[in-house]
Amino acid sequence: MPAQRSVRIAPLGDAALLVELGQRVDTALNTRALALAAALGKRRDVREAVPGYASVAVHYDPEQVTYRGLAGVISKLAGAKPPPGPPGRLHRIPVTYDGPDLRATASQLGLSVDDVIRLHSGPTYRCFAIGFAPGWAYLGPLPEALRLPRRRVPRTHVPPGSVAMAELLTGIYPLPTPGGWHLIGRTAVRMFLPQSDPPSLLRTGDRVKFFAT
Amino acid sequence: MTDPGPVLRVLRVEDPGMFMTIQDLGRPGRRAAGVPPGGGLDRFALSAANLLVGNPEGAACLECALSGPTLLARRSCLVAITGADFAATLNGRSMPSWTSVFVSEGDRLAFGGRRWGGRIYIAVSGGLAADRWLGSASTYVLVGKGGVHGRPLKAGDELTVAGPALHPGVAGRELPEPLRPPYSTEPELSAIEGPHVRLLLPASRRAMFGQRWTVSRDADRMGYRLEGTPLAIKATELVSFGLAMGCVQVPPSGEPILLMADHQTAGGYPVVAGVARCDLPLAAQLLPGEHLRFRLETVEAAQVEWRRLRAGLDTLKR
Repeated sequence: MPAQRSVRIAPLGDAALLVELGQRVDTALNTRALALAAALGKRRDVREAVPGYASVAVHYDPEQVTYRGLAGVISKLAGAKPPPGPPGRLHRIPVTYDGPDLRATASQLGLSVDDVIRLHSGPTYRCFAIGFAPGWAYLGPLPEALRLPRRRVPRTHVPPGSVAMAELLTGIYPLPTPGGWHLIGRTAVRMFLPQSDPPSLLRTGDRVKFFAT
Repeated sequence: MTDPGPVLRVLRVEDPGMFMTIQDLGRPGRRAAGVPPGGGLDRFALSAANLLVGNPEGAACLECALSGPTLLARRSCLVAITGADFAATLNGRSMPSWTSVFVSEGDRLAFGGRRWGGRIYIAVSGGLAADRWLGSASTYVLVGKGGVHGRPLKAGDELTVAGPALHPGVAGRELPEPLRPPYSTEPELSAIEGPHVRLLLPASRRAMFGQRWTVSRDADRMGYRLEGTPLAIKATELVSFGLAMGCVQVPPSGEPILLMADHQTAGGYPVVAGVARCDLPLAAQLLPGEHLRFRLETVEAAQVEWRRLRAGLDTLKR
């Protein structure tokens, strides 16, 4: 089976390993990664299984399982077709499209500001991964017409709630951090929820639909 | 910090030193929400300090980077200082490290200066009381959680004890040097080849494990950027995947980054190596301008070395 042959497993130090199912931003691969992370997360010898776009980082207990033993189990599991999971939770997020980069982004793309807003709030995006900072969700794929490289000079401070995009992704800054994405709007919805556990509004596999306010 | 009343006070911060935070063994299990494990950078030293004073090894204690604090004891307790050597003194007289010491109310703990290493750990019997977030007292400054209001400690902070010690402590207990990690000012870190080592050009693969790297000024609890002959890598960025403490990632500049406890939980830079757990304490003691090398190791051999180190620590549980 081609899917099985493309699985790569390699160590991340001596108590974790990385399972790579592919190298694309792809819903089918992401669904497989989520299913594999869920299955591995139930094992007693696995401390945490973290899904990426097309991968799972597995933190294991070397006192309970060897690297080779676990890698063997995973290559069997990873080749199997996952059961169809439930669709991710849908979040409708209001956006005020007035970001400092909105006009420049529109002109760089050869679009009007209204086009950018219409195109960005059109699709239902998938959360492919969480990382970078607590609560940061990588959402995509962005419509082709909106794809731009990151800003050449990143900002040293981006306010939380900023709605941004770069390359084929969009996202919402959860915390005041540096950032190199184009800021096109803002939302009052908070991505980082310090009082909740897990402290992130979104989970990998969730769906997000933006609407303009 | 609000005044907790006189009963539980244990240490008053007279001078916090360069960067002092409350840390424990961190908050694993929330990486999928983007929360790094956090906790002490030198987990061996942190655990040893706690065990020496009769605490569970993951109790909250102080991590002091670059320089030591000045602390006033507000009640009698056992104290242990581990990790680097910042020339600890008790009431002006030299105080041993890696040893439990009885401290009386009114005693002053201070540090003469850095002799070697980057971080010390100070544990008190009973452990320190601290804000807990997601099951850990570790200070995580980015989100302002854990420790004392999620911030580094400052002069005037009154630290309180979490509770009675787990075991009645004994003064003069020591973890002898042969049982500690083989700290060095220029360590060779055992590292296992990472998932993307194949993306290094052959000369760079040799350079990664052959050359002497310098810790740059960009070195903090998140990670250390290393300087040396830059590595040439075939792919610059992959789709983001989960990371672990000790991973060595290579950004387009070719200068590797060694990830430490507050690392980003996911990233897209190729990971060419992962430092073994047994040698992370050695990495934790490095400061900007200091040097390190990587030595290729297998997963299995690294795990054996970890067990050996761990057995030394476990002698303190008896």
